[in-house]
Amino acid sequence: MSLFGFFKSRGTAPVARERLQILLAHERVSLGPRDLAAILRDELLATIARHVEIDPEKLSVKLDRSGAFSTLEIDVEIPSEQMLSGGIQGARASAA
Amino acid sequence: MSKVIVVTSGKGGVGKTTSTASIGAALAQMGHRVCVVDFDVGLRNLDLVMGAERRVVYDLINVAQGDAKLAQALIRDKRIDTLHLLAASQTRDKDALTDEGVERVIGELRERFDYVLCDSPAGIERGALLAMRFADEAVVVTNPEVSSVRDSDRIIGLLDSRTRRAESGARMDKQLLLTRFDSGRSSRGEMLSVADVLDILSIPLLGIIPESEDILRASNLGAPVTMSGVLSPAGRAYSDAARRLAGETLPMVVAEEKKTLLTRLFGRRAA
Repeated sequence: MSLFGFFKSRGTAPVARERLQILLAHERVSLGPRDLAAILRDELLATIARHVEIDPEKLSVKLDRSGAFSTLEIDVEIPSEQMLSGGIQGARASAA
Repeated sequence: MSKVIVVTSGKGGVGKTTSTASIGAALAQMGHRVCVVDFDVGLRNLDLVMGAERRVVYDLINVAQGDAKLAQALIRDKRIDTLHLLAASQTRDKDALTDEGVERVIGELRERFDYVLCDSPAGIERGALLAMRFADEAVVVTNPEVSSVRDSDRIIGLLDSRTRRAESGARMDKQLLLTRFDSGRSSRGEMLSVADVLDILSIPLLGIIPESEDILRASNLGAPVTMSGVLSPAGRAYSDAARRLAGETLPMVVAEEKKTLLTRLFGRRAA
């Protein structure tokens, strides 16, 4: 830090932070899909975890865009004892 | 249980190779069987940073193409017996690596080692994609600097979409290793803070490695910073990161490079 720098306004980090936030918000959409499956997976996991305790490894989210239409396959395994107390129907819920 | 971890960043020069070598050596010192694999075909450097550049006979491509057995290509570290290196090829065409070849080599490495650390090349091309393809988790190496953070964001997107794990619908764990961090400059607002980078990239923090002269000294000598008897602040930070990677919970300490009066008076040294 030179003597002259001392008198100038310091701290360019906030500018860097703001520029990055704006840029990345834009890039994540335009360069998309910052993998929709991964985003859905994280959000589903958070939602389910509010009600029942599950092993994160037992949640699988697959997005298939190869056919004439896209399919989203969600496979969750919920421990059976929690299912009973939580009143959730079916140990394995599958949606397509 | 074997773990395959890709060390990646998008941007070049942020410390992927140094981090791979330092964390690999630290994990091996803890008694784990470790193999560090250089995926930077054509620009190999992990052998040099590990001090094994004169011992490379066969490399990743030889093994992936079936020209050499894995056992022939593995280089055992002379200082730590549980540490091995699989070098990249210096001369061959980078298109020589195929998905199938790499998958087979990774499968064989899983049988022999507790940790397989894949040192990714820079960029988002084929080499970087192959390095992450068969990994179980990722270490994203980032400098507190705008271009590095932006590139890390791209890499995180690729980790979530182009890896085998992501494609099978499983979660790809990613942790941030913030390197070349200068706590003084950050606290004066001249450098992005740890919180800034974490907030922007939103992945968990594995470690903070201080900008340090010891890193250059270590690569000059071909001896990763975690190998010396008395650990420098950078060596300690890498060693802590390795322990966290192995599942330990440790407090996050931001190490500071000690400055002499002279360097304080005459400003920063050349990096």
